[in-house]
This record gives sequence, structure tokens and C-alpha cells, in this order.
Amino acid sequence: MSGRTLYDKLWDTHAVRIDDDGTTLLYIDRHLVHEVTSPQAFEGLRLSQRRPWRTAANLATADHNVPTTNRGKGIEDPVSRLQVETLDQNCADFGITEFAMHDRRQGIVHVIGPEQGATLPGMTVVCGDSHTSTHGALGALAFGIGTSEVEHVLATQCLIQKKSKNMLVSVDGAVGAGVTAKDIVLAIIGEIGTAGGTGYAIEFGGSAIRALTVEGRMTLCNMAIEAGARAGMVAVDEKTIDYVKGRPYAPTNELWEQAVGAWHQLTSDYDAQFDRVVRLDAALIQPQVTWGTSPEMVVAVDATVPDPDLVRDKVKSEGMRAALRYMGLEANTRITDIKIDKVFIGSCTNSRIEDLRAAAMIAKGRKVAANVKLALVVPGSGLVKNQAEDEGLDRIFIEAGFEWREPGCSMCLAMNADRLEPGERCASTSNRNFEGRQGQGGRTHLVSPAMAAAAAINGHFVDVREIDTQER
Amino acid sequence: MEKFTKFNGLVAPLDRANVDTDAIIPKQFLKSIKRTGFGPNLFDAWRYLDQGEPGMDNTHRPLNPEFVLNQERFQGATILLARENFGCGSSREHAPWALADYGFRVIIATSFADIFFNNCFKNGLLPIVFDSAIVDHLFQEISATANYKLSVDLDAQTITRPNGEMLAFNVDPFRKHCLLNGLDDIGLTLQHLDAIKAYEERRKEEAPWLF
Ligand code: SF4
Repeated sequence: MSGRTLYDKLWDTHAVRIDDDGTTLLYIDRHLVHEVTSPQAFEGLRLSQRRPWRTAANLATADHNVPTTNRGKGIEDPVSRLQVETLDQNCADFGITEFAMHDRRQGIVHVIGPEQGATLPGMTVVCGDSHTSTHGALGALAFGIGTSEVEHVLATQCLIQKKSKNMLVSVDGAVGAGVTAKDIVLAIIGEIGTAGGTGYAIEFGGSAIRALTVEGRMTLCNMAIEAGARAGMVAVDEKTIDYVKGRPYAPTNELWEQAVGAWHQLTSDYDAQFDRVVRLDAALIQPQVTWGTSPEMVVAVDATVPDPDLVRDKVKSEGMRAALRYMGLEANTRITDIKIDKVFIGSCTNSRIEDLRAAAMIAKGRKVAANVKLALVVPGSGLVKNQAEDEGLDRIFIEAGFEWREPGCSMCLAMNADRLEPGERCASTSNRNFEGRQGQGGRTHLVSPAMAAAAAINGHFVDVREIDTQER
Repeated sequence: MEKFTKFNGLVAPLDRANVDTDAIIPKQFLKSIKRTGFGPNLFDAWRYLDQGEPGMDNTHRPLNPEFVLNQERFQGATILLARENFGCGSSREHAPWALADYGFRVIIATSFADIFFNNCFKNGLLPIVFDSAIVDHLFQEISATANYKLSVDLDAQTITRPNGEMLAFNVDPFRKHCLLNGLDDIGLTLQHLDAIKAYEERRKEEAPWLF
């Protein structure tokens, strides 16, 4: 028998029962809850007079609808307010721990899980949100679910699932200076396409992935869903274990020792079989910028906007033309000639402390360009915000002309007041450049935090590698 | 979930193809935090003459007299008859929630959109597929007959017409089992309650830090 992949191991460990046709009752260790996809699930629970199966397995926070300014005033939009208040009430009624809006531990659900040690290596982690794949960075099996499934997990601590196929994306060699996890994952999506991972669970491996910090791996796994895979993951190593150690929900003492012993098994066996393997050379990856309305529409910063006339496939070239029309771009424009109106540094992809440090390093001692109307920095959680303030990052941003905000999803999906106006162009560290995602008619270019900060300073995209970041 | 066995219900004919989820429940109503209460806004744009918004008092809105569900003879209908590709569009569960909340238990159509079809079973609705000749025939009978009712027997997988004639239909055995026993996916999983508990006991030994 050949060896097992990390995904196989995580699946096998959590299978409560498997039917003849492979339908599996999968046990869920951690359920994360936010205000948008949970209200109907809680209502369903009440209607059928059920209670959460294991209250302590749930952790909730409000993130999508919360304002990033002036929290003292509460939430102005009544619909948003009701969603958040409903979450508060549901958590209170069922005894679920919630980091509510005024709690300093509040933040984007995918930032606070790892930050609290609430998501751990070897766990199954679900949330009514597709970017749950983020938590796979810790060597967990993590994926997004729908509202019926949210209720299902609440009531039974299990889900009825079918297993995906195994894919290995191996990035080998060393990336150059200025190339980050965000650039790696955008390059991967550019390579395999947004449907490349459909039906698969992706394990990211290779020396370039092992060289990433755990936060960088979160950025990577966060966007597995943008490659079509419900789950992305990275094998456990010493960095994973160091990252988890000492976090509030992490085990301690003897349990810690026992856990670490088990976590060391969380790698694919050397002879494990993958259904598909994709290899990338890290040295060839450059800082990336998306030019279209899908994350796979991405090029290196020193490239030009692609020309649909040069693409044979008719469906594809039509798709490119439609994207260029929406984006207000001409083919063959140099990426570095594209001017921007707004900058958004935040989201569950890039709002952790390392992301803010990388952006601050570029912003330090410089000024946001005059043509940039708004440059937002939105930390991923209250604790990230505190730490950044302890390190003086907030002052760097504010002095440079950025706005320093309260934590939440913010302009990643514009459910609160932060949004693009029609036609506005944004350099954004988020994960989706879909039409209207950051506001009706808004145009999104996905980039790394350093690239976003560099665009803010210059008013257009620039190659971050050309910026001097020596102590200034 | 309510058990689905035999029942006799009034049929409302919705003579359109490609009825999409936005038509079933327009998107302005999706900000709701509930899964019930969508019934008054089912087919909102067709049903009312004004523009519907969340929070409106629907009882005072001007009804479109042309729309079938507003006609006197179809009040209290629990079976909906439609044409092909019913429920196309998004995956949101609000569409079956709205149909069920209105009072429908059965939808008969020539074909259904995939995701909608599955979502129906999760919400106690029985979608039945007949070929277009039968569907045509049913439409004709309804327009010719006052108070046209059908008897649905899920166990026998038959529908009985007012003249006593029976029509057989297909249903996935697993889905049938769930509906007959009132089992939603949750109910079904809870049949394995002992297995879940046994799993938890074992895991508490193997991986106590998870508990
Ligand atoms: S930051 Fe954006 S992608 Fe992440 S959970 Fe919030 S809305 Fe979703």
C-alpha cells in the first residue's frame, strides 16, 4: 500500500462512518461563526428545538458588517446592525463564545482563529465562508460551507461530505526579494486557472512554501478557493508548532507535548500518491498584479496588459475583452502606467502583522500620492491593531497619509460603508477582483501589501523591488 | 422537518419556463436574517404592482390581478405546476424557503435546475418531474376544472387525478426515505448519534487537547 497524503490522513482521522458510496460523516473540531451566514442556521436550530451539539467547539465574531471608523456610534445601517445584533443574541442564547464588536479580540474570522490558537494543526475547521481554506496553513483540513451545513454542524458536530481528489502544488527554489506569499499564490492561480483546483484538495509544498512564515502560508491557503479548491493546506513543521505555542486556546503542559507528538505526523508520506501534481519554479515568480475581473487574469508587474487579439480561443478572448471593458483598460498598457484612485490594505488574505509591517516598510517616510483619494489600512483583528500600534506602524501609515482603521472585512466586499465608487480603481490586498466586489462599478487590482503601499506612494503601480527600503 | 406522506392539495398553474431564483424571491429580500417569512414576497415582482422592499406591509400592497396566485380559485394551493428548468439561477436556499413558507409542498415541472432540486428536499418540498405531454395535459385539466386537486402518495410514488387516474413518478430512494420520515440531513445524521458519541469518546483518548 502506498503512503497517504496529508489530506488523506486528516480525512481518515475525522471519518465517523463511511457509506458504501463513499459518503462520509465527517467530524468537525472547530466551527467558526460570523453574522452573515449564521442567522438562518440558528433559527433552524430553534425551530427544530435543537441545541448546539458541542458549544465549546464554536467561536463567533462579527466581521463583515462592522464599521471601521467611529465604533462608539454603533452601526448606522439598520440591516447591518440587525445582522450583528442577531449574532450577539444567538451567541448569548446558546452560550457560544463571541468576540463581539467592542471586544479587542474581534476581527476577521480567518484572522482570529489562528491568532487565538482556536484553529490548530490536525483539526477539521469549517465556517459559513469560502475563505475558511486559510486555516489549512496550520496543517488543518479547513473549508467553507453553506447555511444548511452551518446548522448541521451546530446540531451534530458533523457534516455529510464526499472526499475530494488530492493535488500537490509544489513551488521549489527560492523567490527573489520583494516576492511574497501573495505573489506566489497569484502566480499559481495564473498557472492553473480559477477552476484548476475544482474537485481537489490542494496541498502546497516545495522548498519555497517551507520557507514561508506561517502567516505567509495563510495568505497562500486563503486563496486556494480562488483556484477552485475548497481546501488548501501546508504540512506541519517546526514553524507551525512555534506559531501555535502559547496562544490562548492552544494546549499547554502535558497536553502540549502530546499534541506536538501527533502534529509531527501531519505531513504527506514520502510515497503518497497525488491525483495531480503541479510544479512551479520559485525563482521565476515576480511581483504580481491582476488586470481583469478574475484572479487568474494576472501578470507580473513588469509586463503589459494582455492583448485579446493574440488569443486564439474565442471564448477566452471574449472574456478578456469584457474584463478590459469593465476595468477601463487598453490591451498592451504597461502595468506600471496604470493609475489608481484608492488603496486597500486589509482582508483575511493580507491583514496580519507581517502584512502591515511589509506595507509600512514601503510607506515609511513617504507620502501617499496626490491622485490617491483614499488609502486604507484595516488590520485583521483588534490584537493585530494593538501590536501594530506598539510597533509604531500606525504612525508610519498616518504620517504617510493612510487612514488607520478598526478591524473587519471592510472594503474587501464593501458590506459596510467602505467601498469604491463607480469607475474607481483600487490597488487591493484582498482576494477577489470580481465585478462590483468592492462597490458597484469599482475596479480592483489584487496585489501584495508591499505592492499596494508602493502604488499608494506613487499613484500608479510600481515594481516594489525598485523601491529603496534601507533605513531612512 | 414535517413528515411527508399522503396528501390532497389544490394545484396552481404557473405557465412559464425558466422560472429563476430571483423571480422566486427577489434579491432585496435576502438581507433578511430569517429563513421563514419569505412567503409574502414569493414571486414578488409578478405578484404585486408596486416595487417590493423589505419591511413593507405586504397586506396593503396593490396585487397584480393577472398573476395566478392572486386569483380566487387558487387560494390555498399547495401544489405548483410549472414548465422546464424551474429554479434556475443561484444556489441560495431562499428560493425553496419562500415556496415552502408560502405553503407549497409539491412542485411539478418538466425539469428542475440541479441545485434548486436538491435544496427542495433539504426543506421538505417534493419536486416531481413529468414529461411535457403529461405536464401539458395537467395544465389543460386545471384550466377546465374548478377546484382541481391532486392526491400525492409519496410511498407509492403516485399522483391521483380527480378522475381517479394514477400517474407514477420517480424519486431517489434516499430522498424519499428522508421525506417520508421527516428527516432533514440533520435528522438523518442524528440517527448515527451513537456513532458520533463513540467517535468523540475515542478522540478524547487519542487527542484530548481537542476537547
Ligand atoms: S475579508 Fe473578505 S474574503 Fe475575508 S472573510 Fe471578510 S469578506 Fe470574506
